[in-house]
Amino acid sequence: MTTTPSLVPYEEALARYEPVLGVETHIELGTASKMFCGCATTFGAPPNTQVCPVCLGLPGSLPVTNRAAIEGIIKIGLALNCRIVEWCRFARKNYFYPDMPKNYQISQYDEPLCVDGYLEVEVDGETYRVEIERVHMEEDTGKSLHVGGATGRIHGADHSLVDYNRAGIPLVEIVTKPITATGDRAPLVARAYATELRELVRALGVSDVRMEEGSMRCDINVSLMPRGAAEWGTRTETKNVNSLRSVERAVRHEIERQAGVLDAGGRIVQETRHFHEDTGTTTSGRSKEEAQDYRYFPEPDLVPMAPSREWVEELRATLPELPAARRRRVQAEWGLSDLELRDVVNAGALDLIEDTVKAGAAPGPARKWWMNELSRRATEQGVELSALPITPEQVARIQALIDEGSLNDKLARQVFEGVLAGEGGPDEVVAARGLKVVSDEGELAAIVDQVIADNAAAADKVRAGKVAAAGALVGAVMKATRGQADAARARELILERLGAS
Amino acid sequence: MSGELTRRSAAELAELIASGQVSAVDVAQAHLDRIAAVDGEVRAFLHVDAETTLAQARAVDERRAAGERLGPLAGVPIAHKDVFTTADMPTTAGSRILQGWRPPYDATITARLRAAGLVIIGKTNMDEFAMGSSTENSAYGPTRNPWDTSRIPGGSSGGSSAAVAAYEAPLATGTDTGGSIRQPAAVTGIVGVKPTYGGSSRYGLIAFASSLDTPGPFARNVLDAALLHEAFSGHDPMDSTSIDRPVPPVVEAARRGDVAGLRVGVVRELGGEGYQPGVLARFNDSVELLESLGAKVVEVSCPHFGYALPAYYLIAPSECSSNLARFDAMRYGLRVGDDGTRSAEEVMALTRAEGFGPEVKRRIMLGTYALSSGYYDAYYGKAQQVRTLITRDFDAAFEQVDVLVSPTTPTTAFPIGDRVDDPMAMYLADLATIPANLAGNAAISVPCGLSDDGLPVGLQIMAPTLADDRVYRVGAAVERALEDRWGGPLLAKAPELAEADR
Ligand SMILES: [Zn+2]
Repeated sequence: MTTTPSLVPYEEALARYEPVLGVETHIELGTASKMFCGCATTFGAPPNTQVCPVCLGLPGSLPVTNRAAIEGIIKIGLALNCRIVEWCRFARKNYFYPDMPKNYQISQYDEPLCVDGYLEVEVDGETYRVEIERVHMEEDTGKSLHVGGATGRIHGADHSLVDYNRAGIPLVEIVTKPITATGDRAPLVARAYATELRELVRALGVSDVRMEEGSMRCDINVSLMPRGAAEWGTRTETKNVNSLRSVERAVRHEIERQAGVLDAGGRIVQETRHFHEDTGTTTSGRSKEEAQDYRYFPEPDLVPMAPSREWVEELRATLPELPAARRRRVQAEWGLSDLELRDVVNAGALDLIEDTVKAGAAPGPARKWWMNELSRRATEQGVELSALPITPEQVARIQALIDEGSLNDKLARQVFEGVLAGEGGPDEVVAARGLKVVSDEGELAAIVDQVIADNAAAADKVRAGKVAAAGALVGAVMKATRGQADAARARELILERLGAS
Repeated sequence: MSGELTRRSAAELAELIASGQVSAVDVAQAHLDRIAAVDGEVRAFLHVDAETTLAQARAVDERRAAGERLGPLAGVPIAHKDVFTTADMPTTAGSRILQGWRPPYDATITARLRAAGLVIIGKTNMDEFAMGSSTENSAYGPTRNPWDTSRIPGGSSGGSSAAVAAYEAPLATGTDTGGSIRQPAAVTGIVGVKPTYGGSSRYGLIAFASSLDTPGPFARNVLDAALLHEAFSGHDPMDSTSIDRPVPPVVEAARRGDVAGLRVGVVRELGGEGYQPGVLARFNDSVELLESLGAKVVEVSCPHFGYALPAYYLIAPSECSSNLARFDAMRYGLRVGDDGTRSAEEVMALTRAEGFGPEVKRRIMLGTYALSSGYYDAYYGKAQQVRTLITRDFDAAFEQVDVLVSPTTPTTAFPIGDRVDDPMAMYLADLATIPANLAGNAAISVPCGLSDDGLPVGLQIMAPTLADDRVYRVGAAVERALEDRWGGPLLAKAPELAEADR
């Protein structure tokens, strides 16, 4: 019997141990067809409707490489500052599993397509360079569904169903070199790396990188060594971590757990572990010491890949502006401080603000609406900013109405409310709700006169020099106009009439 | 008429059908009759379906009647080795694990020949998953050599060689991984060709060893083989290893059939010890014949050919151990032990234990071992280095000569049962054929006479990669000269098979 050593509080663990991280990320490429056959890759299709002899591994079938997938991986490699090798091969990774049609996976072994890159990430204003060891190509497997058990796992299930729609979907695996010297920021660096990688791949347009749908998933390696030690500790690999938050939590938990084991005089077992979203903890999976021998060998059914230098350069020329460069540019263009930029990025507002600016709004107001009014509403509703039912074009239109003087900020908030409530676009909401700044001087003057007449006491105070009392009169004007008056002009008129200007 | 039709060459049959003297249905029926009469004895076929065959033949006759321009072999029957998928017939690869499997798709080769109007007469027996040299490893029992039904017809494509030699089909397909076309052709007295690797599509060919498997033709003469070769060859986008180059002019070369001025190399390492004296005698006769026809004959050395057999028996099993992993009872084929109490892994293991024969298991284990971490470099890695050396031997030899020659096999057909308990003896049957598989170049076997035991001997002619036309050119020259000498084909010397009453 083994007893489970208790967790060591994070700060304490960090005081005694130095963590070393590694991240292996799988990203499903968004190609129209699979890696080695012509089947479609649409997410969520009925089971086994996107299959053919090739991706079912029927006897006699052969793979043929999808050029679009190779383009995708080369773009990722280039964006990660990798060297694209001149010649490499696919390899077979042999193991038996019912969701693997051929009982081997076409992957790459000791000859990856992209090598030796890096990705810079920022945590609390400090830049960390995460070295990339390799980027390689492989095919996804099918998906097993275990029916009848309590856990959804194979143990205890009555029977299993297999869906091969995903079998053969192109996957890119991105492997970091060991990430060291992150100190107490290790979980944040891991998260920042995953975040930056996701942004990068999304910018390249080669995958939708949706962690919740599994089109991006991370395996996290963590080891601890006593502070000042020369040799790294034994590492564990936590598999299939499926959100950015979980990446951070998984690292933190492994640090706390491993410190507990080491403090108790135990040794870390080299193994794969499962992460549990509900508790934020990991549990032991398969031990690497009993791991199988995959018997890798070069895939004889595929000719080697030899991307020409011309092709690689052509692809390099098509790379879009990458996230880091883009952040530097907008920071300068919009005049943001580092802190303001970070808030915008963390709020997921960069695209939205930039699109709003593209639609004609000035950067200041565009940022103000998204970061204040709309962020508040997103938080209230518990949704991502980008999930609010309003477009950057609509935000820009509202700002344009303000700029031309037909709306003030207060009215604008009502327009936002209307648009978000599904009442239509800004102009429709303005028309339907009758929202318009009262700018007709005669009309406003008449209302001012009426307000003065109705509020004699307040008017007298103003006449007596208590200018502050004018606020009540302005409020009354705004009330009478249901907010549509230009408050500043109303105030001018009141002071003028009461001889206090 | 019907008996006479089965003795005709494919080219003659095509001509008779094209000129309207006979229909494709007549020709198909004649061959179905012959199969009914002799296949109880020969056992070349695993699957014959007269209705499907006759329907295909009728369709060809109708296409012709409708004025459609058909290929040069339209209406000619063809037997397919049961390793090529056929959408309208079962495909078993000679294995119990695929008993009754009906593929949902045609192999590129079967599809192309179907489109060219060839009529599938049936699927032929083979060593299980093409592993063997005698068809004795078939899960469905051995095929017999029409020359002497107590002997093997060669393998693994022994059903195809026997069918063609027994006049059950004028043409057949086979696959050659270590000699599986040339060796059966040699021991049954017919023509068999291993094209350049990548010259014939592997799509729909149930894989044994992917880097070696090469589909090719069987026929009773060189021209027929060339016509078939041309009909199924050419780039296939479904096969990544398929070569995107024009098909070598094999038919033209087979018609030309001269060797004047050609440089012919006798491979020193393929002959001598281990070769039957009668085989060597016929081989030496052939070399003299080539000289008399105007060829310049020299001896060349290929020093690494001695390592070809051991290298082959590491590479082929390694690839097969991976290729055959897919037979796991999950999606098709045999399923054993699925009684609701067993796990998928147990069902996989039981199915593979019952579904595969002993030779297949032996090679899966050999290959699994050779690829294991810690052994890879010493076995698979080393074998690949040998492969490179053998390719260089060929390159050096082809700088001196245009073609290389050797006996196709060390011996004539051996008795059924003789080597089943001695895998090493069985493996030696491919001693002379394996080098061309490792290097990927073209090679042919043509009949060159009878050994002392009265059984046929094959002459192997090897040419460089993509110079397939050369093997046809030399093969046709030898064939013409020998038939002049013999007054007819070698096969005419074979004893008549007794036709069963129908
Ligand atoms: Zn497919």
